[in-house]
Amino acid sequence: MTQGFVGNLSIFVLALLVGFEVISKVPATLHTPLMSGANSIHGVVLVGVVVLSSFVDGPFGYVLTFVAAAFGAANVVGGYAVTDRMLQMFRKRPVPASAPKAVEGESA
Amino acid sequence: MSLDDGVRLASLFGAVCFVLGLHLMNSPATARRGNQLSAFGMGVAIIAVLVSVTDSGNMNATRWLVLICGALIGSGAGLYSARAVAMTQMPQLVSLFNAVGGGAAALIALADYQHDSHVSAGIATAGVLDVLIGGVTFSGSLIAAAKLQGYWSQPVNFPGSRLVSAVLALVAVAGGIAVIAGAHSPWLLGLVLIAALGLGIGMVLPIGGADMPVVISLLNAFTGTAVAMAGFVLENATLTIAGALVGASGGILTKLMADAMNRSVLSIMAGGFGTGATGVDVGPGSGGTVKSIAIDDAALQLAYASKVIVVPGYGLAAAQAQHEVRELGELLESRGIEVSYAIHPVAGRMPGHMNVLLAEANVPYDQLREMEDVNPEFDRTDVALIIGANDVTNPAARRPGNAVSGMPILDVDHARSIIVIKRSMASGYAGIDNELYGDPKTSMLFSDAKKGLASLVAATKLVD
Repeated sequence: MTQGFVGNLSIFVLALLVGFEVISKVPATLHTPLMSGANSIHGVVLVGVVVLSSFVDGPFGYVLTFVAAAFGAANVVGGYAVTDRMLQMFRKRPVPASAPKAVEGESA
Repeated sequence: MSLDDGVRLASLFGAVCFVLGLHLMNSPATARRGNQLSAFGMGVAIIAVLVSVTDSGNMNATRWLVLICGALIGSGAGLYSARAVAMTQMPQLVSLFNAVGGGAAALIALADYQHDSHVSAGIATAGVLDVLIGGVTFSGSLIAAAKLQGYWSQPVNFPGSRLVSAVLALVAVAGGIAVIAGAHSPWLLGLVLIAALGLGIGMVLPIGGADMPVVISLLNAFTGTAVAMAGFVLENATLTIAGALVGASGGILTKLMADAMNRSVLSIMAGGFGTGATGVDVGPGSGGTVKSIAIDDAALQLAYASKVIVVPGYGLAAAQAQHEVRELGELLESRGIEVSYAIHPVAGRMPGHMNVLLAEANVPYDQLREMEDVNPEFDRTDVALIIGANDVTNPAARRPGNAVSGMPILDVDHARSIIVIKRSMASGYAGIDNELYGDPKTSMLFSDAKKGLASLVAATKLVD
């Protein structure tokens, strides 16, 4: 990647603005899954660890890479898994509002 | 098209998936698909980078081994915790993911600098910020997780803690400036990391339990920023974009949470309010007398209402009474009563936490109502049933001059009658009396949330 520091800074600022725009529309009901989902997105740090692993040397570098790989992978795998688990709990009521709700919870 | 272009396009695709995935989070109906899209984009980005490093010819057996072993162990741990965690423990898990994400980002900068310290001032600045923010996030999030888990929840202040933090900050800044000025010493950056770890501990230790939603949001924003900085260090746009998105998300949530408590982020970081230090039993301060109500009478009131709004607070989750409240809600609905749940933004231990807890108990999401949306409806409500919520219902917030002044509240006092399920008259985190309890329309049902709700369900079933 050769866009340089200023290029990266431009991308950063623009992505920040896109983030503000998109996320300000998320309702409060979904704030926990949103944070958990954003959490999984910062698991992208694993991509950085892969890049890192291609040039590190020596025991110190290897230890840092190993720990970073474990951290990043835990972040990305666990983050997406738990967000999905959470979101599948959000469901509509099965029948129109006024009718009694007899059958529910079988998919819990 | 070269392989490099292909890898870049795949990374761009990943970034687009992140943005669209977040966009789909704007409705509960599409949110799950959004998360899956985001995960798919992540998979593509990871495969692309794996192809790229394989093609570079720089990978050898040791490097692969280190990477794969680390990733496998991490994946296993992440998957296990994602499956095993109870929904009440979500804030802890999110904190832990903040910790590992920030920690990994800090390690990237450190390892990169250790490999080659002859970097431009711009990249050195990003590296220092990465180590600093990532380090603070790592230790701060671990402390936050431990507090949320209940190892200790009281704010911790020891004499001279401010001085220690000030010294650490000085060390971090001085070390950082030296690195940026071109010291070429990995040990110096290591020193910045150690100082940052200390700062993180010093930052979160004095913060009280009620301020946790703000702290988690802030640490989330920090993690995103640290990852974006790692993107600068590695000159990798995927990291920069994803980090910026998370930074924006955490920033917005921090602001929303702080606003919902009418507190500035700075004053929270300084410690104080969320301490619950004066949480002793006190009488009602508004001059009114407190009226208590028997279970049977409360059941009658509920059973003959036509519109009931339930106001759940963290006390409900702490008592694990989500299923009982859902059962009561369904029972009332089966009598043709309109039931909804009014959720204050800071109900729970992280933004939106209460919604997840109720969704887990099978409350349909269209019954979960946000504060601004539901407040006008209290005027038409027969019974407001408050369970485990306190400060967010205190009408004193509308007047200046007290601890909750200006805090947005649920207008429960506009309802025709109010039933409060509460163990005692103890005050909330703000440490002041709730004037609502002295209101002639209010009746107190002194009980644990779980037991009280279970008896209410039983009594309501007996009402013809």
